[in-house]
Amino acid sequence: MKIVALIKQVPDTYGERKLSATGVIVRGAKESVIDEISERALEIALSHKDKDKSTQVVALSMGPESVTEALRKALSLGADSAVHVCDDQLVGADLVTTARVLAAALKKEGFDLIVTGNQSSDGQGGTLPAMLAEHLSLPAATALDSLEINGTTLRAQRSTDYASATVHTTLPAVVSVTERAPEARFPNFRGIMSAKRKPLSALSLDDLDIDLGSDRSGGRSVVLTSTQRPARTAGIKITDEGQAAAQLAEFLSAGRLI
Amino acid sequence: MSNILVFIETSPSGELRNTVAPLLGVAATLGHPICVVSASPERRESIAQQLSQSGAGHVVFASTDQTTASLVEPHVQALTTAVQNFAPAAVLIANSVDGRDVAGRLAVRVGMNLIIDAVELRLQDGAVVAAHSIFGGAYLVESTVHDGIPIVTVRQGVGEPLEATEGATVDVVEVTAANYVDVVIGEVAEKTVEQDRPELRSASTVVSGGRGLGSKENFALVETLADLLDGAVGASRAAVDAGYAPQNTQVGQTGVTVAPDLYIAVGISGAIQHRAGMQAAKTIVAINSDEHAPIFDIADFGVVGDAFEIVPQLVAEIGARSTRVP
Ligand SMILES: Cc1cc2nc3c(=O)[nH]c(=O)nc-3n(C[C@H](O)[C@H](O)[C@H](O)COP(=O)(O)OP(=O)(O)OC[C@H]3O[C@@H](n4cnc5c(N)ncnc54)[C@H](O)[C@@H]3O)c2cc1C
Repeated sequence: MKIVALIKQVPDTYGERKLSATGVIVRGAKESVIDEISERALEIALSHKDKDKSTQVVALSMGPESVTEALRKALSLGADSAVHVCDDQLVGADLVTTARVLAAALKKEGFDLIVTGNQSSDGQGGTLPAMLAEHLSLPAATALDSLEINGTTLRAQRSTDYASATVHTTLPAVVSVTERAPEARFPNFRGIMSAKRKPLSALSLDDLDIDLGSDRSGGRSVVLTSTQRPARTAGIKITDEGQAAAQLAEFLSAGRLI
Repeated sequence: MSNILVFIETSPSGELRNTVAPLLGVAATLGHPICVVSASPERRESIAQQLSQSGAGHVVFASTDQTTASLVEPHVQALTTAVQNFAPAAVLIANSVDGRDVAGRLAVRVGMNLIIDAVELRLQDGAVVAAHSIFGGAYLVESTVHDGIPIVTVRQGVGEPLEATEGATVDVVEVTAANYVDVVIGEVAEKTVEQDRPELRSASTVVSGGRGLGSKENFALVETLADLLDGAVGASRAAVDAGYAPQNTQVGQTGVTVAPDLYIAVGISGAIQHRAGMQAAKTIVAINSDEHAPIFDIADFGVVGDAFEIVPQLVAEIGARSTRVP
């Protein structure tokens, strides 16, 4: 079984995140990390490999040079190989382009199962899993809190805004996991050392036979303006010495909030 | 006026989801809304009637008996047909789990582009322009689609419901099974909604609890305060993970984004990912025993102290005031 985990490198949400005037994320490699939700996706693949050693886990990512760092980490966690789609023409790529390129890379790589996070912490589009499935004519079992693979059958617990449901389908398939899926493991020393010897290949648009100029029938998404809002500041802060609740009630009532 | 397609979400028993009414409101500000819905044939009349109650004049109903044999395929086919028949200026879809799946598949199938998580939509020279609140409201971004028609996922809670109409015209279209192996739905458990509490996304007061509450039993303190203020109950991810509160109460980057008049954070440290979901509140109150908790950096009124002391006292204070001033 071959499982491809999609890895997205994002600005660390624990740090300050910046947008340029054209709405493109300002990427400083230092504050970039593997998105937590991608780590959970990878964990799904790795825990399957724990149970069935013949499983082959591939980490796939599209993004700038700095993404090799994220892929090295995926290798150190236990992925067998990594594929980096990297091309200057992909800077600021919209979702339609991203889905098209990743689908081409997936076709080239081959897979039985594709695992992604349900929504990245930067773009938060949450549409990519379904877009990949449509490109590849596959089922998309999205927003899974947990899943179980038995041969070519996939059973899972899916969580929507309104309900929780058991779902099942047949591999090959695309699945996306929620943050209720298990957290990622930590890399150990052996993993880090062996990661250096694992294959990490790069693919350009040429390698994928994609000419971005050739199909633009759906138009392009364009950012018109991007403005930073002023940061919030601290107001009154009191330490409770028995009167704090009364003072707070007074504050709320003065502001007509109660 | 341009046609605007609106994807309608319904429950398995055929009730409109709460995303429908506001989304119809947004559509009406852009053009002539056409509702696109798929459900089993016997639901047609009831759904059409509910939609006209919500202000719809025109419904495209895709009849399907595949409701559990697929997650989204009937919806995608219905929208594909409607896109071909009505040459819309935009397709609006609620930014919900199923909505995102529908939007993604549709975009690839019909070759349209996407606008993600709009918090406001307007027409500018005939094109749909969307406003987005990025990184928890730190940036306001405007975007559009050049040389194409957008599929827009609209943030839940955005939009004002419309007046009811006299009854909607209904076009019936047929859908077929998917040309790929699909996902089959088994047992479904609807999430409980707090009938007596306001909806978290639109509540004017939200009281949220964090890991500091220490247990599910103690979390009742937060609920008591929320109920006293007619507010909704929220929670941090740590509180949800620990099982103190249900998952649909999570506020933050990966939960719900709220912007109430009053947000009270109890036993919440104020991690950046939590702040991303509530820092647009008009007034923020924080109760936390750690004077260095980052939540105080954005609180208009911070109380350093023990929530188990302060919240019951606050409940008593507010109770006393409301009896004094009728
Ligand atoms: C990608 C990603 C996405 C995330 N998304 C979200 C999200 O959507 N929402 C979210 O909330 N978090 C999110 N997080 C998690 C976030 O980083 C924090 O871990 C989480 O918000 C912490 O919750 P907390 O404040 O309840 O817990 P803690 O950080 O443990 O804080 C508990 C607080 O309670 C206080 N306390 C303890 N006892 C008392 C007492 N008796 N009285 C008063 N105060 C007391 C403590 O001083 C402390 O400040 C995300 C993290 C990542 C990496």
